[in-house]
Amino acid sequence: MNFWEYLGSRHQQLLADAYQHASAVFQCMVVATVLGVLIGVAAYRSEWAGNLATTATSTVLTVPALAMIGLLVPVVGLGVAPTVTALTLYGLLPVVRNAIVGLRGVDPALVDAARGIGMSGPARLLRVELPLAWPPILTGVRVATQMLMGIAAIAAYASGPGLGNEIFRGIASLGSKNALNQVLAGTLGIIVLALLFDAVYVLIGRLTIPRGIRG
Amino acid sequence: MAETTSTTPSARSSGATGATIELENLTKRYHGNPQPAVDNVTMEIAAGETVVFVGPSGCGKSTTLKMINRLIEPTSGRIRIGGEDVTDIDPVGLRRKVGYAIQSSGLFPHMTVAQNIGIVPKMTGWPKSRIRARVEEMLDLVGLDPGEFHGRYPRQLSGGQQQRVGVARALAADPPVLLMDEPFGAVDPITRDHLQDELIRLQRELHKTIVFVTHDFDEAIKLGDRIAVLREQSHIAQFDTPEAILTNPADDFVSGFVGAGAALKRLNLTRVGDVEITDYPTATVDDPLQDIFQRLRAGGTNEILLLDKRGRPYKWLRRGDLMRAKGSLARAGTLVHDTVTRDATLRDALEAVLTDNAGRVAVTGRRGAYEGVVDMETLINSVHEMLEADRLDALEHQHDLEESRAGQTRPGQGGGGSGERGAPA
Repeated sequence: MNFWEYLGSRHQQLLADAYQHASAVFQCMVVATVLGVLIGVAAYRSEWAGNLATTATSTVLTVPALAMIGLLVPVVGLGVAPTVTALTLYGLLPVVRNAIVGLRGVDPALVDAARGIGMSGPARLLRVELPLAWPPILTGVRVATQMLMGIAAIAAYASGPGLGNEIFRGIASLGSKNALNQVLAGTLGIIVLALLFDAVYVLIGRLTIPRGIRG
Repeated sequence: MAETTSTTPSARSSGATGATIELENLTKRYHGNPQPAVDNVTMEIAAGETVVFVGPSGCGKSTTLKMINRLIEPTSGRIRIGGEDVTDIDPVGLRRKVGYAIQSSGLFPHMTVAQNIGIVPKMTGWPKSRIRARVEEMLDLVGLDPGEFHGRYPRQLSGGQQQRVGVARALAADPPVLLMDEPFGAVDPITRDHLQDELIRLQRELHKTIVFVTHDFDEAIKLGDRIAVLREQSHIAQFDTPEAILTNPADDFVSGFVGAGAALKRLNLTRVGDVEITDYPTATVDDPLQDIFQRLRAGGTNEILLLDKRGRPYKWLRRGDLMRAKGSLARAGTLVHDTVTRDATLRDALEAVLTDNAGRVAVTGRRGAYEGVVDMETLINSVHEMLEADRLDALEHQHDLEESRAGQTRPGQGGGGSGERGAPA
């Protein structure tokens, strides 16, 4: 059975895995973005809080994904829970870092002007600072998503959902007829998903970044 | 603004939409610095008046300005706007009633021109239709075509246009007070000149109370009804009309700041319309040659000003000119290449007189029609008179001040009056 025949016979299973993979990454990314921006907003004004947030999130990233999931299993059990927890934690770092950099990069003269014309603190944040910091935040989200695509594959190790199952099954049955096809289908599927997500981010950027500050 | 040479500020404030500003013993100390950044400033600004803070960089003029809308909270002292004590009210509410324009415009790059201008009315909860109408009105007011600029983003505007939009935004909610922190500091000199003229025109229509910060003394003279020359820690070295500061600087610091050429700068403060414009023998191109000959012979001067068909100055004609040109009016005489209007400053007039080989310039009125002539002698005489009058005014003023201070300091040592401690005792 060559690769194309394999795809033809297993397409339903593959599509289901791909859908679950995308869905897991998407949902975790939404949570990571919301949390990351909130952490960024809470931390950017103070030197040490900002440093603490970036250091903490980078430390998380240095833990190998496999080890992280392994460590989470005794705590939250098998299946979806460790996957979601790990993906969200990994997704945080680029978002938090870019949110802090973006918010700190807003021209202080503009913040001064916003204060001077009578904007309250929350209004300043929502209508001036966050919109101006949005392009770097979106870049962070984009980078994080690419990263999570790969990390999500490892979730299969803890019986999580997604294309990782194909890859792990292939590795487990190395030497058998379909082993290579399975690994290939899983890997290529992840690459295609990553490219699709990236295209969507370009579109989101077009729609959400005001023309006045688009590069 | 500049033509109100001798009127007192309070006399101009009738019908003004501005509000008074009173600063009382305003002090700002920063943590860990024993010297206060702003030390005990006391100042009263009349409604509808333009006051310029001028001083070297780091003298605290900007800090003083920012304490008026409490962008910087004063350590001690009171601020009253329109008689109301605003030192402890909600700063956000206060700032919506005080327009604020800064250097490099401070426009939000992610909002269109219309959104930028409409932001304060929107925050104060105006209905949409009213905001839209107000935005158009403000764009019109600052001389930008609403249809063209409405939907543009700040980066699509030139520096001067951005600055205009910045002023429009500051004025959008119709605040009685306008604070301007070196608003024209970052634009080129020609644009700056335009913007200053525009501000003078605006102020003539609106009568806001404007506090303007600059380090450019010429800008201060041009814009201010009164100028506060500040030295370090915002100590007031002199707080007076531009005329008084130019002719009678309080001390060496002020005269150093005024710089050389105070008399020349004084020329900027008087208009051609304020000095004596002399009549001159004239003739029009349609007059018969015989008449023109007659007038040349009869007139006290040996020269006559020839006007064109619409009464505009056309040529200077000397006695011999017609002979030399063999009686042809078209070839005789020298063309008039420079005229001034009644609204021109004496400095412009002097410039024109100096470049003219015979030392005079024609003054024109509506549609360039001839009104009279100003010559070197008139200019010199009026400048002398002006300076003399200024000096007398200043002496009298100083005398009054000394008397009131003598009366003040005796009962309560170190009480009020410290606001003008820089003035000579």
